[in-house]
Formats: sequence, C-alpha cells, structure tokens
Amino acid sequence: MPGLEDLYREIILDHYRNPRNRGELEAPPATRTEGFNPLCGDEIVVYLDLDDAGVVEDIRIGGTGCSISQSSASMMSAAVKGKTVAEIEALTHAFKAMMSIHESSLDADGEPVDVEIPDDVKLGDLEALRGVVKFPVRIKCATLAWNTLAEGIGQATTPA
Amino acid sequence: MADARADLMGDAGAMSVIEPFDVQKVKADFPLLQRELKGRPIHFLDSAASSQKPQVVIDAMTTYYETINANVHRGVYEIAEAATNALEASRVRVGQFIGARNPETEVIFTKNATEALNLVAQSWGRANLGPGDAVLLTQLEHHANIVPWFQLQAEKGFEIRWVPLTDDAQLDLTDIDTLLDGVKLFGLTAMSNVTGTLTPVHDLVAKAHAAGALVCLDACQYVPHLATDVAELDVDFAAFSGHKLLGPTGIGVLWGREELLEAMPTFLGGGGMILNVTLDGFVPAALPAKFEAGTPPIAEIIGLHAAVDYLDALGMDAVREHEVSITAYAMRTLTERFGDQLTIHGPAEPAMRGGVLSMAMEGIHPHDLAQVLDEHAVCVRPGHHCAKPLMKVLGVGATARASFYVYNDTDDVDALADALADAASFFSF
Repeated sequence: MPGLEDLYREIILDHYRNPRNRGELEAPPATRTEGFNPLCGDEIVVYLDLDDAGVVEDIRIGGTGCSISQSSASMMSAAVKGKTVAEIEALTHAFKAMMSIHESSLDADGEPVDVEIPDDVKLGDLEALRGVVKFPVRIKCATLAWNTLAEGIGQATTPA
Repeated sequence: MADARADLMGDAGAMSVIEPFDVQKVKADFPLLQRELKGRPIHFLDSAASSQKPQVVIDAMTTYYETINANVHRGVYEIAEAATNALEASRVRVGQFIGARNPETEVIFTKNATEALNLVAQSWGRANLGPGDAVLLTQLEHHANIVPWFQLQAEKGFEIRWVPLTDDAQLDLTDIDTLLDGVKLFGLTAMSNVTGTLTPVHDLVAKAHAAGALVCLDACQYVPHLATDVAELDVDFAAFSGHKLLGPTGIGVLWGREELLEAMPTFLGGGGMILNVTLDGFVPAALPAKFEAGTPPIAEIIGLHAAVDYLDALGMDAVREHEVSITAYAMRTLTERFGDQLTIHGPAEPAMRGGVLSMAMEGIHPHDLAQVLDEHAVCVRPGHHCAKPLMKVLGVGATARASFYVYNDTDDVDALADALADAASFFSF
C-alpha cells in the first residue's frame, strides 16, 4: 500500500515551502496564462518570457494550490529556464509519460514501473513526483502547471 | 435571535421532549460503515456530498428487482401494476415528508436536484423571464442554483443580482428590499453546503412575495437534516436529491406549487409525458407525468421511499438535535485542540448552522489535509464544493469539509481531530 512518504518526498515539500520563481512578470511583453483544476479549485498563473530564439528568458509562477501542484510548478519553472521551446516540449512529454496512469505502468504491487524517458531528457528533481502516480486523484495536481505552460508557449509563439 | 434559534431547532427549541436515537444502533444499520479502510474503522464525514445507505434502502431496491421489476404506467399485468403502485406510493410518501399539500401532483421525480433546478429555469424561467426582469441569488449558492440561471440569462437577457454575505458567511440582508425590487424569482439555498449557514427562509419568502417574486429553494442540505414543511415555509419551488438523505443516487425531487406547475410549459419531451401525439404535434399529460419524460428510475424511487421511512422513524427533530449536538462537540473539540491554527468558516453558533464544517488549517492546503486524513480512514472532502463564487467571498480557493449525519458520533470527531493533528505535524515547517 502506498504511504504518504511516497507522495510527499522531502524535495517536494522543500519546493512547496520555498517555491522557486514565485511572482509575476509584466505582461506584455511576457505572456500571462491561467490554469484551473476544476475539481479542486486550484488556480495557477504562468508568466512566460520567451526571447526571439524561443528560449525561456524568464518564468514566474502565481496562484494557489496544494503541495503537489505548487511544487510541480516550482520544479517546472526551475527546469525550463534557459531551455528552448523544443527542449521544453521533450521535457513535458517525459514528465507526462512519468505521470501517465495506464494499468501497464503499475506492476502487481501497484508500484509504478519505469517508463521510457529519452536519454537526453533529464527530469532531475521532477523525478520526486513519480510517487504521485500511486495517488491517481492527485495526478491532475502535478500536471496543472505543465498544461498551463504549454498553453503559455502556444500563446507566446502564435504571431499576434 | 432567540426566536430565530428556536425556529431553526424545530421542536427542539420548544418545550416538547424529543426522543433521541441510539447512534450506535443507527451505525449498525449501514453496511458500508462496518468496513475498514487501511486497517482502521471508517470515519465517514462526507455526507454533505452523498450519504451512506441503510440496509433497508438497499433491500427495498433489491426486492423491487427480485419481485416486481416491470416498467410503470403501462402494463396491465400484476407486477407492472405493483411497480406502478410502489412508485406512486413513494411520491405520496416523499410529498408528505416535506409537507406537500398535494403530493400526488406536486412531487416531480428528476434524476437529481440539479435537474430539478434546471427544470425550473428551463420551464418556468424560459416562459417568464426576459429583458428588464431580474433574478436574485445569494452568494451562498451551489453551482446548481447559479449556472442554470446564467445559461438562461445568455438567451433571455435578464439581470442577475446577488445577496452579499456577512463576515461569518450569513446572508447580509441590509439591502434586501432594494435587491428584491423588480425581481421575479429568488433562488435561495436553505442551508449552505460549504459553511452550513441556515438561511431565514420563512422571512425571506415573505419579503420576496411582498415584492412579487417567487422563491426557488435549494433544499438539498436541508431536507435530509431538518423537518421540512414546504407549505409552512411558503416557498414556490423546492429541490433536493435522494442520495443526500440516505437514499440512492439517480433520484431527485422538484416540489412546486400546483398552480405554478400547471401553468408551466413542458421540459424534457418523450414517452410518458404526453396525453396525445399526432403528426401535427402533442398534448402534454397532466401533472406530475407532464414533467417526467421517459422511464423513471423506479428502483431508486422505491429506495427513496425506504430512506424517508427510515428518517421518519428516527424523527427529524431528533436528527436535527443529534446534528446540533455533534456539531457543537466538533467545534468545541477542534477549537480546543487547534486554536487559531484552524479556521472553521461560517456561523460560530452550532444552532445557527447545519453539520457542515469547512476547515482551513494554517499552512496546509485542503487537498494535502484530506490526503493525510485518508490515511486515518477519515473521509472529508477538499475543494470548492461546487460553490466557487462563495469560495471567492471567503477568500480561499478550497476548504476541507467535514459533514455529519445520523450515523456520526463523537468517535468520528475524535478521529478527525487526531488525523488533523497528524497532518499538522507532518506538514510542520
């Protein structure tokens, strides 16, 4: 049976207590994107500043949410800074793969089995969120920031 | 204030003696409450979302399927007639339970309270609301008594106004006369599913009627917990669901005053709701069939009958007294153990509220709180409780809500308090 320590790893609680890149950016020039989790009422705001080459110059996170959604947003902000849109897409893909809850990704004991993540994608701290898969209701908490970021990138890269 | 309290206590505030029921005996009637979760006895504190079902309700539905399962209002064979009789007996019984003067015609079965409120909006509202009209709602409302009015507003262009709240989540009635001016319908909750706030329904109905407005009561959290008399409350419509009052899911009730229902256009169309259909059109059936298109949830309607019987046997005044007592115990216990660390939204006085505690624990998000509580087999609900405008007024995104019913005892409250203490230490910074 999965325990709380699977969900609330120390690194997650650290990001929750000391969120990175918390705040706002002036929009425009930055884009401001809101994300909602309609089930729990969590709201997240992603401020994104992409340079002309499509590299994340700066990112800020606003809104309120639980430890899982807030720490995921914090880790995400740290992970994507300085990355290109293409690199972020690969990272998002890998993160979502880790979060995917297909029966096949859980072994007989309900433990998530390793999902294939390309060698050139480093999840780093984000690996700590792997245990969320064992608490299916919380997966949406972990992916909220990422979905909001994807929307923000779409906004930033669409010619006005 | 004293009078209002006596009113909310039902007979409990008067001199009559209420026979209390044995909560342990009640608990024993609910199969689900006998099971364990994570090796601990279950502490079910989410009845405001959906209550557990006593064995008699489950048995009533099983017996229907095993002995008289047949479609209603059509067949002439014995079991079809028995099924029809059972359904209509439930209608009368449910009507009596809420004080309907004409239960045979005024009780409309729907799939849930949400559908009942949509019926009022789409039938009465569509026929009676237009530009220049106003609908008044309160900031306590559940989305089910908000969104149907927004949907209709987009089409009909009437105004929607809001009764604001005081700091302790009671209705702020300072400007109620101005707010009611020109209003055609007042959508009002009898008890908030978030803060447990009981609203002064009787007084507000008098004011609304004086202003020429009808009152559509969201009674979802009221009918299961307090003796209800729709005629005495003098409301025009009342909606509630079966699954919050020990009954099954999939069955709701709209009660409406007969003359209003008579005058309203039909809602859903199909079999069962017609008197005649030709190639040129249709003639609607009389009440209540007019609003009951298609095969109804027969087993659920029969289950609802059993649920109402069960509650009546306990006595609704005893139910209310038990809930005031358990709520008072919970508020006292939690305040003593957690002080300012824990906020309980809504009225401070247990007699002024229902058994619903929306909690905020300092530094712990409700989602995380509920997750830790789950480890203790304490079932509470985190989130916005389908009342996002109210959450905004309360200044929070979510709360963790514990709600009590007939089967909850002080053990459940103590388990809640212990689990909250564990959460506080787990997340202590």
